[in-house]
Amino acid sequence: MARKLPPVDVVLVGFGWTAAILAQELTDEGLEVLAIERGAWRDTPTDFPPTLAPDELRWYWRKEMFANNSRNTLTFRNNRGQVALPMRRWGSFLPGEGVGGAGVHWNGQTWRFLPSDFVAASHNTERYGPLPDGMTVQDYGVTYDELEPHFDRFDKLCGIGGKAGNIRGKIQAGGNPFEGSRSSEYPNPPMHMTFSQHQFERATRELGLSPFPGPSANMSQPYTNPLGCQLGPCSYCGFCEKYGCGNYSKASPQTTILPVLMTKPNFKLKTHNEVLRVKLDKSGRRATGVIHVDTQGNEYEQPAELVILCAYQLWNTHLMMLSGIGEIYNPATGEGLVGKNYCYQVMSSADVFYEDKYTNEFAGAGALGMCVDDFNGDNFDHTGLDFIGGGYIANWTTNARPIETHPTPEGTANWGSAWKKAVKENFLKSTSVGAHGASMAYANNYLDLDPTYTDAYGRPLMRMTYDFTPNDLKMSAFLTERVKEIAERMGGREIKLNTRDGPYDSMPYQTTHNTGGTIMGSNPSNSVVNRYLQSWDVPNLFVMGAGVFPQNAGYNPTGTVAALTYWAADAIRNQYLRSPGPMVQA
Amino acid sequence: MTKTPFAIAATLVLTIAPASSSGHAQENSFAQVERGRYAVATGNCQGCHTIPGEAPFSGGRGLETPFGTIYTPNITFEAETGLGEWSKDDFWQAMHNGVGRDGSHLYPAFPYPHFTKMPRAEVDAIYDYLATIPRVRREKPENDLPFPLNQRMALLGWKWMFFEPGEYQENPDKSPEWNRGAYLVEGPGHCAGCHTPKNLAGADKKDQNLQGGVLENWSAPSIRAGRNGALADWSEDDIVEFLRAGRNRHTAAFSTMAEVIELSTQHMTDRDLRAIAIYLKDREGDGERKEADAPDEVVVTAGEAIYFDNCSACHTSDGSGIPRFFAPLAGSGKVNNEDATTVIRVILEGARSVPTKTHPSPLSMPAFDWKLTDEQIAAVVSYIRSSWGNQAGAVTADQVADLREALKD
Repeated sequence: MARKLPPVDVVLVGFGWTAAILAQELTDEGLEVLAIERGAWRDTPTDFPPTLAPDELRWYWRKEMFANNSRNTLTFRNNRGQVALPMRRWGSFLPGEGVGGAGVHWNGQTWRFLPSDFVAASHNTERYGPLPDGMTVQDYGVTYDELEPHFDRFDKLCGIGGKAGNIRGKIQAGGNPFEGSRSSEYPNPPMHMTFSQHQFERATRELGLSPFPGPSANMSQPYTNPLGCQLGPCSYCGFCEKYGCGNYSKASPQTTILPVLMTKPNFKLKTHNEVLRVKLDKSGRRATGVIHVDTQGNEYEQPAELVILCAYQLWNTHLMMLSGIGEIYNPATGEGLVGKNYCYQVMSSADVFYEDKYTNEFAGAGALGMCVDDFNGDNFDHTGLDFIGGGYIANWTTNARPIETHPTPEGTANWGSAWKKAVKENFLKSTSVGAHGASMAYANNYLDLDPTYTDAYGRPLMRMTYDFTPNDLKMSAFLTERVKEIAERMGGREIKLNTRDGPYDSMPYQTTHNTGGTIMGSNPSNSVVNRYLQSWDVPNLFVMGAGVFPQNAGYNPTGTVAALTYWAADAIRNQYLRSPGPMVQA
Repeated sequence: MTKTPFAIAATLVLTIAPASSSGHAQENSFAQVERGRYAVATGNCQGCHTIPGEAPFSGGRGLETPFGTIYTPNITFEAETGLGEWSKDDFWQAMHNGVGRDGSHLYPAFPYPHFTKMPRAEVDAIYDYLATIPRVRREKPENDLPFPLNQRMALLGWKWMFFEPGEYQENPDKSPEWNRGAYLVEGPGHCAGCHTPKNLAGADKKDQNLQGGVLENWSAPSIRAGRNGALADWSEDDIVEFLRAGRNRHTAAFSTMAEVIELSTQHMTDRDLRAIAIYLKDREGDGERKEADAPDEVVVTAGEAIYFDNCSACHTSDGSGIPRFFAPLAGSGKVNNEDATTVIRVILEGARSVPTKTHPSPLSMPAFDWKLTDEQIAAVVSYIRSSWGNQAGAVTADQVADLREALKD
C-alpha cells in the first residue's frame, strides 16, 4: 500500500532539461513544485570535474553516464514478424539518467526546426501531392512563428553561439539563409573554426551552397545568462557528447538553471525515486498524482494538481501506457495513439583523409562545425525525388577520442598490424562530413508493451518496432551523394563513404534522437496531446519532450524540445492556471 | 534617497522607541527589527552561531582555535538553551563587556573586543531582531579546552591585558564615510578576527592590524589596500564588488570568506561597502617585501608541464584566468601571499566560489590530492608563484606533505 504524501501543486516526472525549465517557470508563478528523478543528484564539481570528466572508459564504454538498463530497458525488433528481444546494452541511442538527464551528456548542437517542418503534412501535400501509403506524417499544431519567442529564450538561457541567417525576415550574410526568422542574433559568436571547417566552407561555397557555423551550446566565450548563471569558455577538449562538461562550458540544466532553482523555497527535488504510474481518479479524466517507489521498495502516492511527464521520450511513452492513459496504438487496426509515429534519425557520412595536413580532431567540441542546410526539410525542390524531408550536412570536429574513434581508409583491415598502422597514420589527418537526416512517420514503426519481458518492478517493458522506411532510405541515398560531393572537394587524399542502409541496427551508435509515441496534433483523433502538450484525455496531465514530435526533422531535437517546453509553460501560466481544464476544445 | 536604511531606521527608532534601553522590554516595530536584521548581517552572527544547514542562530558550531574547540551557543530566544531569559541589559553586557548572564567571562572567540565598539541602540536592535526568529532548542556542547583555559576566571587576566571596552570614537580628521568604514571593519565586521595575526594568547597583534593571519589551516591575506598594502592594486570598486558579488576581476571568494560574503556583506548596502573600501584603501602596508628567490629551473619546467595539463583549461595558459569565472593567477593576492598555505590547500582540496545573489553559480575547482604527488604540487605551486610577474618564490614538497597531513584531522 502506497503511503500518501502531502500534496503539491505540480509534480514533474524526471529532472532533465524540460523539468528544469518548467520548474523554473512554475516556481516563478508561485506554485509549489516537486520533481521526482529516478537517478542520482549530479553536479559539475562532484560528478564530472575536469579531473574525471574525460574518462572514456568509465562514462561511455562502461555506460556510467546513461540509464541503468539492468533495471529497465526496452525490447527491439525491426518488424512485426520478428520477436523483440531486450536491449541489454545501449548502442544506437544513449538515454540519460540522473539530474540533468541527457542534457548532461549531449553535444550541444542547438537547432530550430524549419517553419515547414511544423506543417510537414500540409506543406508537402500542397507542394507535391498526397503522401505515400503508410506514411503517417502530420502537422504539429503549433507554428514556428508561435514558438519563436520560446526558441529565443532557450538560446539566451544557454548562450548559444552562432551566426543568424535571418533576423526579422532579413537574410544575414554568413548565417543559415533557410532558417525561420529570428527576433535577434545569437547571444554568442560562433565557435573558433579549425582547418577542417575551413575546407568544408570552401568546398560548399564552390558547390554554390551556403555554409554557416553550427549553433553551439558549447561556449565560444564566457557567458552569464539572464538568470545570472555563468558558463565558462570552451577549452575544446572534445569530451561533450557522452560526457558531462567539467569546465562549465556546455549548457545543461546544471550550468544554466539549477544554481537559481535549487535555492527556491517552493521547489523540491526527490532523487532515487522512480515513478511507476500516473494515478487517475475514477472517471479516468483527472490525474490525482503519481505513485513512486524509493530504492528500498517503499511505495508512495504523491498527490498533485498538475502532473507533467518530463522523462525521456521512451519513458514518457512507457508511463502513459502503464498508466492506462489513452489507447495503445495497434498497427493492425490503426486504432490507438499512444506509441504511434515512433521516429528516429537517418545518419550517413564520409570520412576525408589528408596526406600531409593535420586536422587534429581531438581538439574539438560537440558543436564545433560548419554546416549547410541547402538539403534540409523543403529547402530544395523534391519534384521527382520520391521522398520528402532532408537533413543538414555538417563537418563537426568532435568525438575523436582514443578508444572510440579511429577512422581508416577504404579497404583497411579491421584488425591487426595493418589496422594499427592505418590508425596511426590517419588519426591526426582525417575529418568527417555527415548528413543528419530526418525520419518520417510510418504506420509500421511504433512503440507498444512487450508481451514477455518485464522490468525490475514487474512492469512490461516497452517494445520498439522500427526499421528505416522507403522515404528514409531514398532521402539518405540522396543526402549521402551530396555529402560525397562536398567531401571530395575538401582537398583530401581520399574519402570513405559510410552509407546508411537498412535494416536499422540498434547497436552501432547513431543518435539519441528518439521521437514520437506521445505525438501532438490538432485534435484527439490524431494525437495524444494538444498544441500546448496537454493530454486530450486527462487535461491536468502534460507531456514534454521529443515524444510529441509527430515525425522527426533533419536536426538535433533539443532546441525544439526546449522551445515547446517554454511554450507549454507559458500556456500553463497564462491560460491553464486561470481556468484549469482543456485549453483546446475537442 | 540619500539616507541609508540604517539612518532611516535610526530615526524611526528614536521617534517611536525612546525606551529601547529599558532592561527587558522588547521593541518589535518593523523598523527596529529591520535595523537589527541589518546589524546582524554586518556582524555575521549567523556564520558562527549556525551549523551549516541547520536552524539559523541555533549555535553548536565548533570554532577551532589554537587552544582547542569552542562551541557557539544557541542565540535564538528559546527559554532554556537560548537567550529566552536574557534581558536587554544582559545582552548588552555580553556584547559590550564580554560578560555572560551568569557573570562569567566570555571567551574572545566571541568577538566582543570588536562588538564593544557598537552603540547601545544598535545592540538593542540586534536583541529585538533575534527575538523574532524561530526559537530552537539546542544545548551547547561543552568546549574542548585544556586546563587551565577551561577555567573562565583565567579570562579575567586576558581581558585585563587585551580587552578595552568602549564604543567607536569618530576620528574628526576623517570623512563620515571613512568613519563608517572604520566602524564596520573594526566593530561589527570584526575583520581582524581572521585578517590580523594573533599573539601567543590568541589576541590581535594590534600593530599588525589587518595584515593577514592564519587560522584553521587557511591563510587569511592582508587586506590593507593603501600604499604597499597587499590589496594596493584593488580599487574601491574592486573591494565593493568583491564584498557584494563574491568575485571581482582579481579573485573569487571561497572558504571562510565565502561564508562572510554569503551571510553578511552581500546583504549590506553599497554605501556601507563603499565605506569599508574607503577605510581599507587608507590602510597602508608596511614597506616593500623582500624579493623571494626564484625556484630551481628544473622545478619550474616540471611545474609548467603540470600546469598545462591540469590547470590551464580554466586558468588559461598565461595565468590570466577568466575574471569572475575562474580566478586569475597572475598578480593574485592569494598566489603572491608569502604564506603558501591557501594556494597549496586549494590544489589539495579544491575550492568552491561562493554563490551570491549576483553570481548564483558556485563555480568550483576540483581536488587534486588524489591525482598529484607532494612533489608535483610543490612544482606547480612554485611555477605559479614565479610566473607571469608573480614573485612569491618556491615551496617545498615537505610543505605540501605537512599540510596534507594536517588536513587529515
